[in-house]
Amino acid sequence: MIIAEIFSYSFLLRAFIVGLLVSVSASLLGVSLVLRRLSMIGDGLSHVGFSALGIAAFFSLSPMAVTIPVVVVSAFLLLHISARRKAGGDSAIALLSSASLAIGVVLVSVAGVNTDLNAFLFGSILSVSKSDGWISLIVSSVTLFSFIVFYHQIYLTTFDPAFAKATGVKAEHYTALLSLMTALVIVVGMRILGSLLISSLIIFPAAIAMKIGKTYFSVSVAAAVEAVVAFIIGFVASYAFSLPTGASIVIVHVIVFILAVIIKSARIRLRKAI
Amino acid sequence: MILISGRNLTLGYDGQPIISNLSFSVEQGDYLCIVGENGSGKSTFVRTVLGLVEPLGGEIVYKGGLRKNEIGYLPQQSGIQRDFPSSVMEVVLSGCLNRHRKLFGYSADEKNKALSALERLGMDGCRKASFQELSGGQQQRVLLCRALMATEKLIFLDEPVTGLDPKTSSELYSIVDSLNRSGITIMMVTHDIHPALNDARTILHLSHNGYFFGPKEKYFQSPMGRVFMKEAGHDHS
Repeated sequence: MIIAEIFSYSFLLRAFIVGLLVSVSASLLGVSLVLRRLSMIGDGLSHVGFSALGIAAFFSLSPMAVTIPVVVVSAFLLLHISARRKAGGDSAIALLSSASLAIGVVLVSVAGVNTDLNAFLFGSILSVSKSDGWISLIVSSVTLFSFIVFYHQIYLTTFDPAFAKATGVKAEHYTALLSLMTALVIVVGMRILGSLLISSLIIFPAAIAMKIGKTYFSVSVAAAVEAVVAFIIGFVASYAFSLPTGASIVIVHVIVFILAVIIKSARIRLRKAI
Repeated sequence: MILISGRNLTLGYDGQPIISNLSFSVEQGDYLCIVGENGSGKSTFVRTVLGLVEPLGGEIVYKGGLRKNEIGYLPQQSGIQRDFPSSVMEVVLSGCLNRHRKLFGYSADEKNKALSALERLGMDGCRKASFQELSGGQQQRVLLCRALMATEKLIFLDEPVTGLDPKTSSELYSIVDSLNRSGITIMMVTHDIHPALNDARTILHLSHNGYFFGPKEKYFQSPMGRVFMKEAGHDHS
C-alpha cells in the first residue's frame, strides 16, 4: 500500500502531518480573507517570507527565527495600509511582493551554492527538519484552536465590521488576530509548498467552498474538507509519480475548482430549466 | 430620562469640520429622525454617536444606564456585502456577540432569543434560509432582528429603506414604529419624509447652514422644516 510506504519514512510522515494542519488552517483563514477582499495579502506575505528566507540564508541564521517576525510585521503593515486606503492596498501589496522577491533572489544567489533557490520558491518536503516540524505543529495547532474559539467573532467582523464596532465588539483585535494567524500559517506552510504556491492554499479552498455552500458554517466546513482531500491526493500523487509536492497539491486544487465551477453552472441551468 | 446627549459638538473627519455647535439629546422611548441633504454630516453624525469616530469638539455623553455597547445598529445597505454566504440564523445570532461569554458556540438562551426576535418581526419561517437569497425588505428585517439581539434599549437605523419599494418601505416603517411603541428608543437617519411626518417625535435636521433640533410639531413650523416639506412635495401652505 502506497500510503503505508509513505508513512514508513519519518520525514515524509512529518511533512504529511505539518502539511495537513497547514492546509486546514489556511483554508479556514482563507474564507474570511477572501470575503474581506484581502486574498492578495497571502500572496504578498509569501513573497516577503521568501525574502526573509534569503536574509536567513545570507547570514546563516535559522530560517524560522527570521521569517516569523518579518512576515508577522509585514502582515500588520499590509493590513493597516489596506484598511486606511481601499484603493492603494492592492498596489502596495504588488510593490512589496516584487521588491521582496528581488531582494530574496539577490541574497540567495550571493549566499552561494548551499542554498537551494528552487526549494525556497516551490517548496521541498526535505526542508522540514525535526525542529521545524515541531514549530509548525505548534503554530498550526494554536492557529486552528484560536480560529475555532473566535469563529463567531471572526464571522461578524468579516460580515459587518461597522456593526461589530458599534455594538462594542473589538473588531480591530480580531482583524489583528486574523493577520497574525495568516502570517504564521504562511511561514509554516512555505517550507513545503514554496513561497510562490502557498497562497493557493488560502484562496482555492475558500473559492471552491463558496461555489458550494450558502452559509458561513457550510462554507468553512467545505473549505476545510476540500483542503484536506486535495492535500492528501496531491501528496500521494507526488510520491507515486515523483512530482514536486507543492505543485501537485495546487494542481489538485485547480481540478477541484474547475469541477466546482462546472457543477455550479449546471445546477443553475437545471434550476432554470425546471 | 435622557439616554444620549451631545453638547457643543463639532463633527467632521480628517480635521475638517462639517457642522459645529451641535447640541441634541435623546430621551428614553424617543423616536428621533435625522434628516438633511447629502454631505450635511449625517453619516459623520452616525459614526460619532456610535463611537466609531471621535468628535472634533464637544462631547457625547451616554446616560440613564446606557452603555456604549448597548446601541443596536442597522447599517446602511452599502455597508454590508450582499453576496456573503450566511444563513439568517448566523446573521441574527451574531448580534449578541457584544455580550457573548461562552467559549464555543452560542448558548441555548441566545438561540431562543434569536428565534423570538425572528418571530417578532415575522421572519421565523426563514431562519434556515440563505441571507443572500432574501429580498431587500427581508434582509432589512433580519438585520433589525440582529440589532434587537444586541440591545433592547436603543436602535440606530441608517437609511433603512434605501432601495426598497414603497410598500416594503412602509412595512419596515410600521415595524420600526411598533418597536418604538414597545419601549425601544429609535434613532433613524432618513431621506424619506414619511417617517418624520408620521411616526417620529423629534427631528434633527442637519444642513450646511446650521441645524434644527426639537419636537416634530415645532420643526414643521420652522423655516427649515417648511423648506424640507416643500422640497418633498408636501407644500400645503
